[in-house]
Amino acid sequence: MPKLLYNEPSPLETKVLSKRFGLDNSESLDVYLANDGFKAFLKARQMTPEQIVEEVKASALRGRGGAGFPTGLKWSFVPRTSPKPKYIVINADESEPGTCKDRLLMEYDPHQLIEGILIAGLAMDAHKGYLYIRGEYRYLIDHMDRAIAEAYSKGYLGRNIAGTEFDFDLYTHSGAGAYECGEETALLDSLEGKRGIPRMKPPFPAVAGAWASPTLLNNVETFSAIPAIIRDGGAAFAALGTPKNGGTRLVCISGHVNKPGVYELPLGYPMLKAIYEVAGGIPGGRRLKAVVPGGSSCPILKAGECDIPMDYDTLAKIGSMLGSGGMVVLDETTDMVKFALRIMRFYAHESCGWCIPCREGTTWLRKILQRFDDGGGRPEDVALLGELSKNMLGRTFCALGDAAAMPTISIVEKFYEDFEKRLAQAMVAV
Amino acid sequence: MTFSPNLEEKFAKMLAAYPEGRKRSAVVPMLIYAQDETGAITPELIEEVARRCEVAPLQVDEVVGYYSMLHRKPLGKYHVQVCTNISCMLVGGTELYEHAKKKLGIGNKEVTADGQFSVEEVECMGACSWAPAVEINYDFHHFVTPEKLDKLIDGLRKKQ
Amino acid sequence: MAETVQLTINGREIEAEKGKLLIEVARENGIEIPAFCYYEGLSLQAACRMCLVEVEKTPKLQVGCTLPVAAGMVIHTESPTVQQARKGTLEFLLTNHPLDCPVCDKGGECELQDMVFRYGAGESRFTERKLHVPEKQWSPVVFFDAPRCILCYRCVRVCNEGMGVNALGIAERGVRAEIVPNHHDYLECDECGACIDICPVGALTSGIYRYQTRPWEMNHVGTICTHCADGCRTTLGVRNEKIIRGNNRDRSGINGEFLCVKGRYAFDFVEHPERLQSPMLKTGDGFEPVSWSKALEIIGGRFAEFKKAGANFGVIGSNHTTNEENFFLQKFARQGLGTNNIDHHRTGDLATFFDALSGRTDALATVSDLYTAKAIVIVGSDLSQQHPLLANQIRANVRHHGAHVYTLTPGPVREEKLAVFTVRLPGTKQDLEALREKLKTESDVTMVFGGGASQHGMRGFIGMGDSLGIPVKYICLVDYSNSRGAFDMGVIPRDGGMCLEEMLGSTDLDVLWVVGANPLKNATLASEKAFVVVQDLFMTETAKRADIVLPAASAYEKNGTVTNVCGEIQKLKAAIKVMGTKTDLEIMGLIAKEMGLNLGIWLPDKVLDEIRATVHGYNVPLPVITTGGAAPTLPLNGRVAALPGSIASAGDTLFTSGSLSRYSKILNSIIEAPGELYADRATPRPVLPGEVTPA
Ligand SMILES: Cc1cc2nc3c(=O)[nH]c(=O)nc-3n(C[C@H](O)[C@H](O)[C@H](O)COP(=O)(O)O)c2cc1C
Ligand code: SF4
Ligand code: FES
Repeated sequence: MPKLLYNEPSPLETKVLSKRFGLDNSESLDVYLANDGFKAFLKARQMTPEQIVEEVKASALRGRGGAGFPTGLKWSFVPRTSPKPKYIVINADESEPGTCKDRLLMEYDPHQLIEGILIAGLAMDAHKGYLYIRGEYRYLIDHMDRAIAEAYSKGYLGRNIAGTEFDFDLYTHSGAGAYECGEETALLDSLEGKRGIPRMKPPFPAVAGAWASPTLLNNVETFSAIPAIIRDGGAAFAALGTPKNGGTRLVCISGHVNKPGVYELPLGYPMLKAIYEVAGGIPGGRRLKAVVPGGSSCPILKAGECDIPMDYDTLAKIGSMLGSGGMVVLDETTDMVKFALRIMRFYAHESCGWCIPCREGTTWLRKILQRFDDGGGRPEDVALLGELSKNMLGRTFCALGDAAAMPTISIVEKFYEDFEKRLAQAMVAV
Repeated sequence: MTFSPNLEEKFAKMLAAYPEGRKRSAVVPMLIYAQDETGAITPELIEEVARRCEVAPLQVDEVVGYYSMLHRKPLGKYHVQVCTNISCMLVGGTELYEHAKKKLGIGNKEVTADGQFSVEEVECMGACSWAPAVEINYDFHHFVTPEKLDKLIDGLRKKQ
Repeated sequence: MAETVQLTINGREIEAEKGKLLIEVARENGIEIPAFCYYEGLSLQAACRMCLVEVEKTPKLQVGCTLPVAAGMVIHTESPTVQQARKGTLEFLLTNHPLDCPVCDKGGECELQDMVFRYGAGESRFTERKLHVPEKQWSPVVFFDAPRCILCYRCVRVCNEGMGVNALGIAERGVRAEIVPNHHDYLECDECGACIDICPVGALTSGIYRYQTRPWEMNHVGTICTHCADGCRTTLGVRNEKIIRGNNRDRSGINGEFLCVKGRYAFDFVEHPERLQSPMLKTGDGFEPVSWSKALEIIGGRFAEFKKAGANFGVIGSNHTTNEENFFLQKFARQGLGTNNIDHHRTGDLATFFDALSGRTDALATVSDLYTAKAIVIVGSDLSQQHPLLANQIRANVRHHGAHVYTLTPGPVREEKLAVFTVRLPGTKQDLEALREKLKTESDVTMVFGGGASQHGMRGFIGMGDSLGIPVKYICLVDYSNSRGAFDMGVIPRDGGMCLEEMLGSTDLDVLWVVGANPLKNATLASEKAFVVVQDLFMTETAKRADIVLPAASAYEKNGTVTNVCGEIQKLKAAIKVMGTKTDLEIMGLIAKEMGLNLGIWLPDKVLDEIRATVHGYNVPLPVITTGGAAPTLPLNGRVAALPGSIASAGDTLFTSGSLSRYSKILNSIIEAPGELYADRATPRPVLPGEVTPA
């Protein structure tokens, strides 16, 4: 298939997961095999499941889906000796605004993902995997189906994989348009043919996930990192990043930069360097206003807060999150009222409707912001936006409510003057 | 109802993919693939999917309204989806969407009189770093400008 | 004994069962944690977020309805943060909720209204436009007003889990999410109305009740439903001698909140325009109204003459009238008229049943046993159709305790979906062997015998049960609200009396006295000369053959007792009075008086005293029944002689109940009526092999 070149790579990248991205036919199994492919699987085959999990723990890999949960720890929660079948579910719902990396991992290097899944299968004693891909990525579903078919035909899926005793079947499963289905338990409900409504936890998916069986669920990028970790050792991967923040990750830089794109950078990479050097700085030499560090759900950073290394702990310390790797850069021309409105329109549209605070809160906030943007803002609105967001925060059934509240709170607190400016304009207009 | 041989084959595979007794799992993919072929999700299609997946029609009906890509009314032959979420919005997504509506002379989720085009303002579709993005049916288009969109649309018009 | 733990709620030391949900522990200790979606007996949702509480050492507020209590927890349910959270949630809830309580049908008994009053903020800061969706009518009895819905999913759960019907679901998402009926814009279901009752707000309303009145303008009378034999307690809302609604929200009685379509709505027969309101005397080619005194005088006179002449009397009692009435009737027949020709339409083979148990009172199951039994065997009954409450008990048992259900039925039934073992009758020897083997592994069993059971050997099943060596209890199903009582009171042809068919077939019957029954519905009376007296609510086929028809009061218009299918006795309480009618007991008493007979005082309580003194096993404690409870009766007394005559279930469905349902406009207006047995509407059409992928 003709390769779409999304963006030029940067010399500043540390290419581990994306190292095959530029190769011709990188999506083919042969190219994969010629470039370290399935070495890790064969190595893992010689390891005990506990050793595999230990290796993942040693890598300090944290979930790339958004929550940043230590992957090795999660793997250790699945009761691999359970008599029930165990499943591997791959979260390829990629719908956090600002995020577009799983796409590339599947498009350019599907077999790396498959190998990661197989290693997880070995570690969990699981023999079936479901790749839940958002419905909008139909071309990727077809693409993955082709890659899976190729893997089957060459013995890298199905019975006796690569000549071992290990069997594994992998299937793609299409979503149909719902951000909430990226939330792991809503995803499982969706996988079971239902509305994507999050589930009560506990039980966690590790214990009772897909079809009430123990289920390991990780993001595409998380699984894609596994082959490198097993092949080169967890310690080597960990060493690329900072303590407790192992390895590299695909950072999706978008918004007001000269060279938007997806770049693989080590954890702890300086944020300003990413903006100004990797992504080529801000067009027209305009000033930085704010950064959404890891997808729209993360509290926004003011320009002055951006001189930090990008790792989970640092961002948590300053009250934000590293999230899904979707970094959105806003220059001084950005109207934060419009920006907050667009975010809230998204969450109101995507709220599943299960719990009251999120269902009603997101819509109310959206309406206030809409009115504000339409010129009908009132002085008391700004405080109200903050208070209502706080009435959602921590009180909803799943994290979508928080995801809607957090950026809003940070925007009204950090960019109060944008709201005041709009109020002043409205006064003049009257 | 029967579908094209290709789709029937796909459905057979799909139903075999899930564990024993879990045909319900095929509901969402079956609906979206069937919709692609039939144009919209009709009550008849709901019954059919319910039958094939061994659930009550209500359980399928519940799903239809939940997912934003499932539609009860047919869309245009070419469904132009313009993303206006944050990354796209910052680099002209909103203007692009306004342009698309004007160009086609229709509003959100409306269909042109000839049934060829429909337009929809969509949420982030995973093209943030190559924004603004448009997806026509299942084809992605990146770094789209109003001029590029005009060309795309005109090209499709000619194609019919 | 479950492990207990110590915890602190609002500064109070509390001991509770480990792992029990906080909301339940709090309630048991008199601490109210508000909730919309939590509902005892239904699955957990944690969706409304009203129950958030503060637990020390946890950063976020915790969800009280799903939080298992653990040792040492320190919980605050009224702290400023908790109160603020509730206020916030209620404020959210009200954003799209209409604020027109004065015109809402739920006004005065709305949980949202109460909640806002107790926990809400004085005013809302919401000034945007509300979403509006027009109200919908889903069926003659169910209306849905989406904007009022707070999405607590109680209706969906009570329909799925409680009723096993799965008629409600949720469509759309987010703020547009909306409850939908199974046919997208209309409902096809049991029409039980449980969804309406359980709705905390005015979203689901009853087509019968809505906008008729305000709850505080009604009298609420607790009595027993008069339709099937299960004996559900219902609270009738009455205003100006009109019954406006039926429900059992106070969960009193054996049925808790449960009522079926008949119990909840089919009281409207009492006001049917064809209801008799004056005694009617046959004239040349029709009937003419006469006064009560005239009618009683004629009947008393004729009865006395016939008695003197040693005439052939036939007396037919009712399976809807009270125990007192049936008792008085058989006494009247035997002592007053000197005849043993007395019977009623028998719908279950109680004689064989009691005989097979030969006096073992511990083998009689009650309604509540079906909720606790480890295993239940259903033989020959479409229980959901014929015995809605019993079916409900079984579903709840399966849901809460995982009971094992076994079904042996001639056609598909809803219970099959819960069953661990099913047989399609007539079945084979091997089936029965397999059943016996399976039952051996159970720790206790309750067997339920329906109309299909007598042919298939109730005695055989009882023999099988008794041979299992585990505690086994039995229920013999009968059809109507006092079928069991009619039998127990002796409205049966004992001591050589004629049975019902014999009376109808006898050409020299001189008198036929029918109290509350319609034996000529599908039969003729052979004796042309017979003087026929009928007491009834309507001009039935039997009444048309009468010489005199007396307008009787219905069960909703009288006091007395009835005995349900499991032999539990409960009290009726008159809710209304219909002009011109008298209770059957009073009518009989007055006829006795006309005849100069002394059959005792005909007040219900006095007759009940006599029943308690003379009918075996009916010496029940009065306080239990006078306070609205159900007392088990034990009418077993050794072997029971076989009775002549046939026994046939009337074959009523969920939507019919003999003649009464003919006069219920409501029942006749719903599309599901009359329904059929063994049709199992709730099951989606099974997929036939090979149908999945057409060749
Ligand atoms: C509302 C919501 C949306 C989410 N969307 C995604 C998503 O699109 N992709 C994803 O991988 N994780 C998503 N997540 C995170 C998942 O719930 C889950 O944490 C993740 O898939 C686990 O994989 P990881 O440990 O590899 O990150 C979302 C979470 C929430 C609350
Ligand atoms: S926070 Fe509540 S309504 Fe929102 S998506 Fe999660 S469960 Fe659904
Ligand atoms: S009662 Fe706990 S969330 Fe509704």
